[in-house]
Formats: sequence, structure tokens, C-alpha cells
Amino acid sequence: MAGVEIISNEGFRNDGRRPNELRKLQCKMGVFAQADGSAYIEHGNTRVLCAVYGPHEIRGSRTKALHDRVLINCQYSMATFSTGERKQRPRGDRKSTEMTMHLRETFEAAILTQLYPRSQIDIFVEVLQADGGNFAACVNAATLALIDAGIPMKDYVSACTVGFAEDQALMDVSHLEESGHNAALTLAMLPKSQHIVLLEMSSRLHLDHLRTLMEMAEKGCKDVFLVLDQAVRDHVSEATQFMNT
Amino acid sequence: MADILLSEAEKTFIVHGVQDDLRVDGRSCTDYRHFRLETDVVSSANGSARVRLGKTDVLVGVKADITVPAWKTPDQGGLQFFVDCSANAAPEFEGRGGEDMARDISSTLARAYSSAKCQKMLKSLCLIPRVHCWVLYIDILILECGGNLYDAASVAVKAALYNTKIPVVTASSTDGDKPELELSDDPYDCRRLDVLSIPCVVTISKIGYGHVVDASMEEEACCLATLITAVTADGNLTAVKKSKGGSLHPESIYEMLETCQQVGMKVHAVLMEKLREEEEHQQMAMGSQHKAKGFL
Repeated sequence: MAGVEIISNEGFRNDGRRPNELRKLQCKMGVFAQADGSAYIEHGNTRVLCAVYGPHEIRGSRTKALHDRVLINCQYSMATFSTGERKQRPRGDRKSTEMTMHLRETFEAAILTQLYPRSQIDIFVEVLQADGGNFAACVNAATLALIDAGIPMKDYVSACTVGFAEDQALMDVSHLEESGHNAALTLAMLPKSQHIVLLEMSSRLHLDHLRTLMEMAEKGCKDVFLVLDQAVRDHVSEATQFMNT
Repeated sequence: MADILLSEAEKTFIVHGVQDDLRVDGRSCTDYRHFRLETDVVSSANGSARVRLGKTDVLVGVKADITVPAWKTPDQGGLQFFVDCSANAAPEFEGRGGEDMARDISSTLARAYSSAKCQKMLKSLCLIPRVHCWVLYIDILILECGGNLYDAASVAVKAALYNTKIPVVTASSTDGDKPELELSDDPYDCRRLDVLSIPCVVTISKIGYGHVVDASMEEEACCLATLITAVTADGNLTAVKKSKGGSLHPESIYEMLETCQQVGMKVHAVLMEKLREEEEHQQMAMGSQHKAKGFL
């Protein structure tokens, strides 16, 4: 992607944002009637749907059951029309399997797993449009869906992907900023206790820049948390509006 | 599909109701549930549509690509159907669980679209015979399973094809071998497809002595057999398939096919009207305040 300018001379990115601004974040809870919990989130052009089923009995082999905590079963799937170039298979490739595993590890750290031994919680994430920061959007959608399903968690899990281009840390990267040789770091954390539950970066970055990137990512996660929290409060107040007579 | 547990009493209730032309939710035997249709939901696809039929939720994206025409049909473009039953719809669809159902739906749609009625549209997808043509990858994503997936999917496909914008490509013939293709500079310069003659699927289920259109999950659980038919706007049938485990008398089949034709023609008329209305709305709303749509 040589020749593509990530940050203009005036300090604006391709979509007009400043380096420390999130994309427009819109979310909705309770999108599906049949799932126990569901949520839809939009980070700019990245759109993700999440459905949560559970806690319910272990499906399939009983040998997978854990005697002291709940089994978290995730699936990360991308719609074939979600990317610019059509994807041949929605899931089953290496990337999706890796993302599935990351999702499970993230939520094992956040859900109060001791409460439902020998049971299973399913988290299914579907990426409808992929425009950068896909995994972070999935984590945010899954958090909202879990809250919608009423599954107890230690804290929200908010995630953000930050990039590094032209010696500047960029918050909430789009696909254009993420591709090429630019570094991109995904961070998922529990915002109130400020514990990090997932940290992932698979590109080359000088150690001196790591602190800047991490600080930007933490700020991004806190900003995302504020939006998610407001969305949950709005949803609950809307739902209880008709209950108070 | 999510498991439906029905007691014998409930099944008897449904069967008796159908005989009196009254279903559990108050519909008559030839009524569809409430349809909600929206186009242009996915901006990364050339065309898209989302259909909600009762609890069934289907999202279709159409992407266009240039390829070499099949040798059997050198002057036609191609259609490739791919159905993905996402795990969101039912936990049984996780991993490869939904593949059987997906293959069923995509082969039914492929058969429905292979008739001579669709050839006009396919011919319009050809750029240079034997050399270049458009292929449309129609990707159907099942988001929620509430009964009657075939109908919802086919209506969504027709709406998505209506919404599809194919970039205008001109062939400039260079002296010598292969003619080159030039994409127009204007990103909004595109052409649309003529979808008037493409079929819609109408599924009709035999329950007791009567038959119903658009069966819900509970009704599907107590039906004997279903006929999945593809009907065009002028009442022609392009594909018929019987499924489920019961047997049908030829007389019942004729009756059911007649109902399918009538219902199918009505569906086409209403669908085209709604699509045109929505497009007019979108054109008038351009520039004015953006209304929340899609899943929001």
C-alpha cells in the first residue's frame, strides 16, 4: 500500500478523524428473539452481530463438562460478503479458529464461571462488514450480548485496536490503516479494575513505541466502555419504562 | 433448527384449526406472516437485502466479479449461490452443523434460477461472449430460524438483486488478442438488473386435510409433507420439490400447486411495489437526516 497517506499534513486521517478519536460507535441490544442474549454493534463501517445461548446443558459429549466451572463455547464467523474481496469460507480457516480461541480466553477471564458448573455458554459472533478492528468489535458485541442474556460478569470487557503509522499512535484503526506494514495492537480490558484480559499484536514494532501504543489502547478501551455502559442503561430504562405504572 | 417440542394436544389443535382455515396466530391458510424488507444494508456488497418474516431473519449480499463464461452458455453470465446457516440462528448450526440445510437451500435456489425465465437477466450479465462475463456471488446468511427459510431467502435474494448495482464496464478492443475492459471513472456509474422474471419460492405444507402457506416452526413440526415451488410473476412454475417424510396424493399436489401459483403471483406484485417505494424513499431522503436503519 505504498503511497497511501495515513495521516495528512494537517493531522487528519483518511476518514477525517484525529489520531486519538474513535469511530462512530452505535449499538443495539436484544436484536434477536430466539437467542438468550444478542447485540449488534457498529464501529464506523465494521458491523458485528453477536448471539449468546446459555447457560444450558452441555451439548455433544458430556466428557467436555468441567466439574467446577462453566464451559464457554465460542464461534467467530465472517460473512462471505463482509470483506472487499469475497471470502470463500465464512469459518474454519486458521484465522477464524484463532479468533475463536481468543474470544474464549477473553471471556473466561470475565464471566463468573464458578456459578454454573457442568454447564455451557455459547457465544456466536458474526461479522457482517469488516472494516478494521474486527476482533475488538466482536468483543464489544459479545459483552453487550452477555449482559443482555443476564450472565454475571466481573466487569464489562471493552476492546480497541490501535495502530501505529508515521510515528503516531492511531486509535480504532480502519482496514486501510491496519493493512500494509503498519503495526496494529488489539487490547481488551476490564475498564473498572483496569486489568488487561487480551493483548495481541502480530507485527513489528520498536519497543520504545510500545508504551505510547498501550496508553492509547487503554484510553480507547475506556472510551468504548463509556459508550457501551450508556447503551446498556438506555436499553434497560427503555425496557422498564412500561413496567412502572 | 431449534428444537420444537409439541404435545399431541397442541398438534391436534393445529390440525383442526387448519381444517377450519384458522391458524394459531389468527392467519388464514394462504396468509403470510408480517414481512419486513430492507435493502442496501451492507455497504461492502454490490447489493444487499434483509428480510424478516415472523421470527425468520435472512440477510443476503450480492457481490459481482468478472470471470470467463461457462463453455455451455458462452453468452450468459453466472450466478453462484452460497448459503451460510450461522450459529446465531440455532446452536446446532455451529461449525459444520448447518451445512445440510445450507446445501438444500442453495441447490433449490440454483434450480429455481436455472429455468429459461432467468436467461434474459443472465444474458444481460455477459460482457464479451466467450471471453468475459459478470458472475454474481449471492451469499445468503441465515440469522434467525423461525420457520419457512426458503421463502424468506428467495424474497431476500430477489430484493438484493433488484438492489444490485453493477459497475459499467466498456470493452475497448485493442488490435490483436484479448479485448480490454475499462471501468468507468465515476463510482456511481452503474447499471441495475431486470428482476421482473426471476422466481420466488413459495413453500406449502400439508397439515391434516388442508394445506398452509408460510408455516411457522410449530406448524412445520406437525405437517405431513411440504412442496417447495418456485413461482414467477406471471404464474409459471420453475421448480417443484417435495420434502419431509409424508406421502401426497396427486390430487392434493394439484390443489397445492394451484394455491402456490396464486400466492406466488401476489407475493411478486407486492414485493415489486414495495421495492419501488423504498427506492423512491431513498432517493428523496438523500441529503436529509439519516434515519436509523439496518439492525439499529
